[in-house]
Amino acid sequence: MSVEQVESRVLSYGHTACAGCGEALAARTVAEAAGRDVIMTNATGCLEVFTTRYPRSSWNVPWIHSLFENAASVASGIEVALKALGREGEAKVIAQAGDGGTADIGMGALSGMLERGHDILYICYDTEVYSNTGFQRSGLTPTDALTTTSPTGKLSWGNLTRKKDLPAIVAAHGAPYVATTSAGYPLDIDRKIKKALTFTGPSYVQIHCPCVPGWGVESNMGVKVARLAINCGLYPIFEMEDGRVVRVRKIKDDDRVPVDEYLKQQKRFAHLFKYPGGEEHIKEIQAIADANIEKYGLARGPLSVD
Amino acid sequence: MKQIMEGSRAVAETVALCRPKVVCAYPITPQTHIVEDLARIITDGRLDAGYVLADSEFTAASVVLGASATGARAYTATSSQGLLLMTEVMFNIAGMRLPVVMTVANRAVSAPINIWNDQQDSMSLRDCGWIQMYAEDVQEACDMHVQAFAVAEKLNIPVMVCMDGFILTHATEPVDLPDADQVDEWLAPFKPKFYLTTSDPITLGSMAGPDAYMEIRLLLHQAMQEASSAIESEAERFEKAFERRQGGMLDVYQARDADVLLVSMGSLLGTMKDAVDELREEGHKVGIVKVRTVRPFPRTHLHDALSGARAVGVIEKDISLGLEGILCSEIRSAFCGAAVTPNISSFVVGLGGRDVRKEHIREIALGLLKDDTCRVEIPGIDHEVLWSAHEIENEGV
Repeated sequence: MSVEQVESRVLSYGHTACAGCGEALAARTVAEAAGRDVIMTNATGCLEVFTTRYPRSSWNVPWIHSLFENAASVASGIEVALKALGREGEAKVIAQAGDGGTADIGMGALSGMLERGHDILYICYDTEVYSNTGFQRSGLTPTDALTTTSPTGKLSWGNLTRKKDLPAIVAAHGAPYVATTSAGYPLDIDRKIKKALTFTGPSYVQIHCPCVPGWGVESNMGVKVARLAINCGLYPIFEMEDGRVVRVRKIKDDDRVPVDEYLKQQKRFAHLFKYPGGEEHIKEIQAIADANIEKYGLARGPLSVD
Repeated sequence: MKQIMEGSRAVAETVALCRPKVVCAYPITPQTHIVEDLARIITDGRLDAGYVLADSEFTAASVVLGASATGARAYTATSSQGLLLMTEVMFNIAGMRLPVVMTVANRAVSAPINIWNDQQDSMSLRDCGWIQMYAEDVQEACDMHVQAFAVAEKLNIPVMVCMDGFILTHATEPVDLPDADQVDEWLAPFKPKFYLTTSDPITLGSMAGPDAYMEIRLLLHQAMQEASSAIESEAERFEKAFERRQGGMLDVYQARDADVLLVSMGSLLGTMKDAVDELREEGHKVGIVKVRTVRPFPRTHLHDALSGARAVGVIEKDISLGLEGILCSEIRSAFCGAAVTPNISSFVVGLGGRDVRKEHIREIALGLLKDDTCRVEIPGIDHEVLWSAHEIENEGV
């Protein structure tokens, strides 16, 4: 591959992500959508590790990684510095982190960034697990998922907690634009990133990203599984402006599937199909999906143009 | 022109004269007056800078990190628990060679929680890759801040200016604030070689494996070792321009022909100088070595300054629990392999704001004149309080 070809991409080829990585697909889509006039911060995590092994870098935009929990704070410093130096027209500031770096360890920093109203686009690559450290449970891990710190056994069906409703928490801060999207639909990511960048103030985009080894899916199955998550109602896709849901991705009647269609594709839920009593748990997960469909109005009504 | 001013306000005014573009802090006693005054200075339009209200010290340090990486002169201040909360970012700022300047209003560390002065906080962070300077009085704290920005930006190493909480931050003293034009002339605008900009995209903070990590750390270590000459030359340059005596890495007082040399850092030195004046009048050959810069450690300077003494007493307000005063251990290392070594003793004093008076210094000096055996002492213990604390620990309140 020529230097020109490599440099023509904002996030170039040659990084070291796993084959079929949902986060890599999402990040590349984000980078292309955002373009060159950006400065990016990145929390510690897979995206940072697989794109910037010293002395090489896959990024063709100004990019900084500091620590695990401070992508939002570092981005705040960049945004304020650009204004103070009279360079605010130079670039939009984008902060990137995984679900752990956003919903758990970076939560305070994110809250501060939102509350202060910085003009920053924050992206959470939601793999629903601490992928980089070997698939431990995070605050965005769904109910009953097997992770290395929420193992299944005599006393447990995996993760005991519900997935934290982070978009609602962000929206409650008064962020003008909050959206969820999925690596299963790169065009949806592209549209939402471009839209988010038109807002002034903090915006938040949470992208559901299949993690091939973390979820236990085949490397060619990520996109399909990501779409099933949406079509069963477990991962609602919506946009909020000023705290109100303004648009959702409807589930077409032909596409709608029960949650077991989604769950059975992944080893992290295999125990639900293997042991007696699993069907009760699947029912509970179905109830979560049904509640999402109800809450966001995902079924019926006119089809979305997405 | 000399003015009577609170230490915090004098430092805030001096920092403003250095024209940082981004100021970010989180309030903690006794740092508060500094950041309150800076907020007012910026609100009054006297300093053109962004002021960020951080949600924690961790964020405050991260914000100045981001600002500095973007090419802005950036400043923060903290104390005690706040500094410890920043620890991870402190290492990171130094590792990325970002010339941030920070004031540490020195305060004891919990538990037990205690807001009063000692130097456990900054001394515990001596290995994080920041230059550390300790001010003896408010005037020196002000002068050090101007020099700190120059040194930091010359070397791409962050600088921590440590001033004793309350004793200096809340003390009202006569201060000669430099005038704005003079500072503008002395301190060049911040022009970093590399920073985050779309016109020349760079990657900062990448992951280095076992194949490169050590080399990158070595570069920082070497830069730190070589920093002594820049610290000294900037102090000299400052001295010429502002006509005020500055120390370099260290300073001496009544040290010639001394049998006993007392070593310390920070505001304790004022009390020590009074005690030494008295002792000298009484005919005792006691002198003082003031450590102005703890990192980089002035090893050869200390070796040369202390070599002639029979006994050295290192008096400090911090402790490496299970060992001795931190500075004392480091001073011992300055004599590793030396033909003649003075007897070096550790005196841990003033923890958690315990008052250290002239009499205490006299006792330490006279004790060393009488018996120069190497020892570790924690003088000034109230045995009644000790006994009752011991009982509470064993039986509960």
